[in-house]
Amino acid sequence: MLLINCPWCGPRDDAEFHYGGEAHILRPANPSALSDEEFAEYLFLQQNPRGLHLERWCHSDGCRRWFNMVRDTATNRILEVYPMGELPSSQSGLAAWRNNWRRNSAAERNARNRVE
Amino acid sequence: MLEKGWIGGGNTGRNTTIIRSNYLWDESAAIYEHAMKLWEGLSQELNFNLMFSQRGVLTLAHSEHELREMRRRVEAIRLNGIDSDVLTPDEIKRLVPIMDTSPNLRYPVMGGFIQRRGGTARHDAVAWGYARAADARGVDIIQNCAVTGFRIDQGTVRGVETTRGPIRASKVACVVAGHAGVVAEMAGFRLPVTSRPLQALVSEPIKPILDVVIMSNAVHMYVSQSDKGEMVLGAGTDSYNSYTQRGSMTVIEGMLAAAVELFPCLSRLSMLRSWGGIVDTCPDASPIISRTPVRNLYFNCGWGTGGFKATPGSGHVFADLVARDEPNAIAAPFSLDRFVGGYLIDEHGAAGVAH
Repeated sequence: MLLINCPWCGPRDDAEFHYGGEAHILRPANPSALSDEEFAEYLFLQQNPRGLHLERWCHSDGCRRWFNMVRDTATNRILEVYPMGELPSSQSGLAAWRNNWRRNSAAERNARNRVE
Repeated sequence: MLEKGWIGGGNTGRNTTIIRSNYLWDESAAIYEHAMKLWEGLSQELNFNLMFSQRGVLTLAHSEHELREMRRRVEAIRLNGIDSDVLTPDEIKRLVPIMDTSPNLRYPVMGGFIQRRGGTARHDAVAWGYARAADARGVDIIQNCAVTGFRIDQGTVRGVETTRGPIRASKVACVVAGHAGVVAEMAGFRLPVTSRPLQALVSEPIKPILDVVIMSNAVHMYVSQSDKGEMVLGAGTDSYNSYTQRGSMTVIEGMLAAAVELFPCLSRLSMLRSWGGIVDTCPDASPIISRTPVRNLYFNCGWGTGGFKATPGSGHVFADLVARDEPNAIAAPFSLDRFVGGYLIDEHGAAGVAH
């Protein structure tokens, strides 16, 4: 059982929340430019670390708003909760975001080219 | 054979011991039925009493839609030559008198289907029987020896690093449940698995009251009675990734509520133990039996919530893959490259466990 600190409602049981999987996945802007291997990497491979995991949660039985969270999957300790669209504020959370293979994946480069 | 802990201390000793081969797709039917046929002679072959009991596995339907979907699955199963029958609520009541099949339930029993050749086996005995037979054929089993890395030279595996020193090998086969992704990372590649806790419980032992395995996807619980008399109950996985080997109480509460509604006589029963095991689940809820990007390194993993039932078949086709460096017809559909080619084997419905 996790005690999750909803940014708007405060600490609540995890039963009130919905897990939304890995955070910070960018959808490729031009998917047909990717090879099958590159698209499979985007579609099927998820971060599954034994350690810090950046993930999305929704307070579905509460304020129904989405937010991001850094959690250690080896201990279930929650390091921080932060808004959607932002990066973790803790050093270790930010490092987990930066050292993620997805940052250099073809799908993410494809998405960023469109953004920039 | 290197084991981080002790033989049977991982998911082999943590599952709910259910064996069945009633899957939807042909590829799954091939491997699970191969396993079922091997189970049927395994106690003799290993000369070890696995307490394999083909008591039948009954899956319940709680809505019209589920019942229709079930009929469709039963036909698919029968077309693969595997036994499977739809039962009415009355037939279910005769088979399992302690079940409440009245229409007053929140999710009434509308019907079900049974694989009579399905059942249970003593999971610890399976580990011990295999270990003894392997040892007799000259396999060195080294317990309390964790693999900490791979020796890889120009894309070919040359051996492993362990907590008790390096071991050279021309081929390495990895059969890890719960940490397959962590081990793959040591070898420098990634697997499409997510790792989550799956929980189970056993009650205090009581006199025989249930001689069938009962599963329900809709209200989500599965239960059987062990030969010792314990009620063995399985819950679903947690919704989020975790390696903690302990799950949420909400998952257990939900499963027990469903179990007590279906079996009111269980309401005063004390649970003796609950535990969690980490399951590596693939996006299509089917396993990976495959070569890897590293030459001569093979992985058999990603069995998700249901690997125990496949044990003999899984090991048999995997050994063949390692020996020939080429998957046979049963193993080939479960190669890693299906996630690039797109030929997924979607068994989320037949997996029988929420994940």
